[in-house]
Amino acid sequence: MSDQPKDDGLITINLDGRDVRCRPGANIVDVAASAGVEIPHYCYHPKLTVSGNCRMCLVEMGMPGRDRATGKPMTNPDGSPLIQWMPGPAIACGTKAAPGMHIRTTSDVVKKCREGVQEFLLINHPLDCPICDQAGECRLQEFATGYGKGYSRFEEQKNVKPKRTQLGPRVTLDDERCILCSRCIRFSREIAKDDVLGFTERGSYSTLTCYPGKKLENNYSLNTVDICPVGALTSTDFRFKMRVWFLKQTPSIDTETSTGCNTEVWSREGKIYRITPRQNDAVNDTWMPDSGRELYKQVEAPTRLKSFLVRGQAASTADAIREATTLLKSGSVAIVGSGRASVEEQWVLKKIATALGGASVRLVSRVGQGDDLLVSADRNPNVRGALVTGLISKLPEQKLTDLAADIDAGRVKTLLVHGEDLTAAGLTEAQLAKVQIVALATQADAITAKAAVVLAGLTVFEKFGSFVNQQFRLQKFVRAVPGPDGAADDLVLLASLLANLTGVSTASTVDTVWTSIAAEVPLLKGLSFQAIEPTGVVLDGSSFAGLPFVEGKSLRYDPAAVTAVKAG
Amino acid sequence: MPVTETRLLLKHADDPAYGIDLASYEKVGGYEMLKKAVGLKPEDIRTEIKNSGLRGRGGAGFPCGVKWDLVDRKSGKPIYLIVNCDESEPGTFKDRQLVHKDPHQLIEGVMISAFANNVALAFIYIREEMPKGAKILNQAIEEARAKGYVGANICGSSYSCDIIVHRGAGAYICGEETGLIESMEGKRAYPRIKPPFFPAVLGLYQCPTIVNNVETLCNVPHILRMGAAEYCKIGRNNNTGTRIWCVSGQVQRPGYYEVAGITFGQLLNDICGGPLPGRKFKAIVPGGGSSKILRYDEKFKGKKPDGTPHEFTFDEIPLDFDGIASAGSMSGSGAVIVMDDSVDIMEALANLVAFYAHESCGQCTPCREGSLWAKKMTHRMCGGEARERDLTTLYDMAGNIGGRTVCPMGFSTTWPVQSYIDKFRPEIEAKTRENRLGMSRDARLIEK
Repeated sequence: MSDQPKDDGLITINLDGRDVRCRPGANIVDVAASAGVEIPHYCYHPKLTVSGNCRMCLVEMGMPGRDRATGKPMTNPDGSPLIQWMPGPAIACGTKAAPGMHIRTTSDVVKKCREGVQEFLLINHPLDCPICDQAGECRLQEFATGYGKGYSRFEEQKNVKPKRTQLGPRVTLDDERCILCSRCIRFSREIAKDDVLGFTERGSYSTLTCYPGKKLENNYSLNTVDICPVGALTSTDFRFKMRVWFLKQTPSIDTETSTGCNTEVWSREGKIYRITPRQNDAVNDTWMPDSGRELYKQVEAPTRLKSFLVRGQAASTADAIREATTLLKSGSVAIVGSGRASVEEQWVLKKIATALGGASVRLVSRVGQGDDLLVSADRNPNVRGALVTGLISKLPEQKLTDLAADIDAGRVKTLLVHGEDLTAAGLTEAQLAKVQIVALATQADAITAKAAVVLAGLTVFEKFGSFVNQQFRLQKFVRAVPGPDGAADDLVLLASLLANLTGVSTASTVDTVWTSIAAEVPLLKGLSFQAIEPTGVVLDGSSFAGLPFVEGKSLRYDPAAVTAVKAG
Repeated sequence: MPVTETRLLLKHADDPAYGIDLASYEKVGGYEMLKKAVGLKPEDIRTEIKNSGLRGRGGAGFPCGVKWDLVDRKSGKPIYLIVNCDESEPGTFKDRQLVHKDPHQLIEGVMISAFANNVALAFIYIREEMPKGAKILNQAIEEARAKGYVGANICGSSYSCDIIVHRGAGAYICGEETGLIESMEGKRAYPRIKPPFFPAVLGLYQCPTIVNNVETLCNVPHILRMGAAEYCKIGRNNNTGTRIWCVSGQVQRPGYYEVAGITFGQLLNDICGGPLPGRKFKAIVPGGGSSKILRYDEKFKGKKPDGTPHEFTFDEIPLDFDGIASAGSMSGSGAVIVMDDSVDIMEALANLVAFYAHESCGQCTPCREGSLWAKKMTHRMCGGEARERDLTTLYDMAGNIGGRTVCPMGFSTTWPVQSYIDKFRPEIEAKTRENRLGMSRDARLIEK
């Protein structure tokens, strides 16, 4: 206790009689959690300011006594430090670790406090659990079981409040279930910077609502649903769709921007029900944009390609690949890759370009307004992957004017297009009519309508792979659901094309593709798909520092700082 | 010798010839102490206040000088002084008298205290329900400003300080100092968590802030005039100065009385004229609605200064901070609510609990849910549907509120509920038996 090594900057506190090392000033709820001790709490959230209103995390706290006159530490008869306990319980979330601090989380006083708070929270809470979406991931339910009395003494009428308020286009509020923890209010103010939520009325009649004339409609509104510890804030999309305990969680990446928010895909029997953020303190903390949660809808979109096509007619995989190979071999090929494709796909596409004798490769850029939080200006999730793998050497452009010129001049007669609608990239009907197109895509669009060969690929939810985000952080995603019948893994399709072009059988799974990536791509040397941590691997992007990337500063990204980051 | 008031703060208040204008105040020596103060060193004034033993008159009785000592003077941020004139504790109406009848005394106290603490901007937070008080204060401040007592270069010195009267919007919780500060910042009056938001360090606009009660600050000019030593001679040791008691309820002469060094019996029987004809005192709430109730026929146990144990009656309780504390309650805001033998104690409790349920700010769980539960339960009990188990539940549930909340107001439900039951258990039990239906509400419905 007394002889603390000072080199690591850590201090020792005593938690239920056990010494625990932690950072000075660390929040006691977090310190206990990392020591394997649960301090139940509702209002506290590590990414929001401390509000201390739920009172569930009350603990006993004491500090080593000091003699007022001499300033010397006071000791027990046996020489151990004399702990002066606070007369009343203190909230753990409002307590910062200090050297020698003593915390009790299991005493009778603490037990009684928790029982009391739990009982108070339940007296006006409706017995909705059988029909409540939060059931299964509800703190009130969990803590009632863990720390409650187990029965109710309340014999009065419960308060009545609005049952289904539309706070905005995506969030539905059940005020009776609300325990007034203010997490959603603090999130809106502090993170989303859109101060629209507040309480009206007073005391037990307090009611969460939007300010008059305002709506909870910012692009981060669904995060309030995630952090709501009870079933008060619900996702209008997910509400009443599926019990959470039936759902399988798969780690994935938000593909809408180069931020690369880490996500969790919740699915059952091949169907995705919702997407929620996955904590990565270096990328997205515990948040993600609402827009990224909608992306699972592309899996079952009406435009989804479910069969291979050769000149508009359904074809077998083998026929389509054979036809595609023939077209590519006919020469004068240009490749349009994708900033939405995975690192692995980009790598194989680069090999195809080489096999075609150095066919030109272009990417189409997507640039929008960044929101300084988690939606970056670059709406492609993996432009940096294409740079790292060497698929491209300069940043993509919005309009493929030089490709248009090549087509007009007859220098390009065949296009291999990976998931891009070239009409949006500035190619005219007339220009497209002059070329034979091999399109690898997931959704039907103007290009697949004109393509000689359409290869139906998979969405990010149906395959394995990795992206390199704006921080040059390599992050992987995992298959959550199988793709539709009639579609095939992009990587397998590209590998088949490559094998046909070179006559050499080639790797077609992420793990095997990584063998060649790790050997041939300098920045990814020695890595493997399995070695990519759940929170990603930061690459050294300094060699690309001169490129005019479009992203501005956002939650965990500073363009100025990125080049200084070393591979780790 | 008849027991009389010791009027110091209220000396002129009820004099028909005494007005609320500046001239009246100056005629009785007003603002002389401010003129003197600006020639002194601020720290000397603080020492004088500390030596006077002046304790806060708002409720907790915290020594004013110590409160001033706690202020963070090294932060480089401005220091604010806020006068708490929210006066929301049930039964309290003393600050209203001081504001309505002698506003300049308060202003002088504020200005001296502001000077002593290097404050350049002071606020008077006055409750919504005192519109007249706000008007009077604003007029008085204008008068004082015209004469150089408020504003720039006070009394010709280099010291400048202004006073802003800020009206509340009507909530009990605004009397809690951090709730008051939130309210002043334009937010819901949710008390702040301490740590870290101690007003002396992180108060109004996150700057060091002093929050003092009206009556406390009205003492300041008198302490300066008399000197700390002379002031200490009023009242008992550690309970110096006079206190204004607000007596309401069933006594012959309810009202506000400024006294010092007398007993509770002397206040109620001599000054207030005793119980109404044919009635007997039954219970007294000694320090505002939230303080623990005392039985009039109770025998209290205490120790004499020399350590020998002794018993004393209600009448013998010394009428000051420590005296009432020795009887197991608190002097709080000085609001004495008297109940005689005509009062149904269960109804009184239900009435009081309804107030705290209505006024709970709703920020933290125990007070928010517990106070309304207590209201619902006590009202049901009074309404003829009491059950035997109610008392146990009520008592235990109330114990889960106080001390577990953000602010001390959690005790405002705990203390009345538990003390009413402790002191009057047989009466309340009898009522639950007499009312008890012997069956649940549901069972009655089925029977019908």
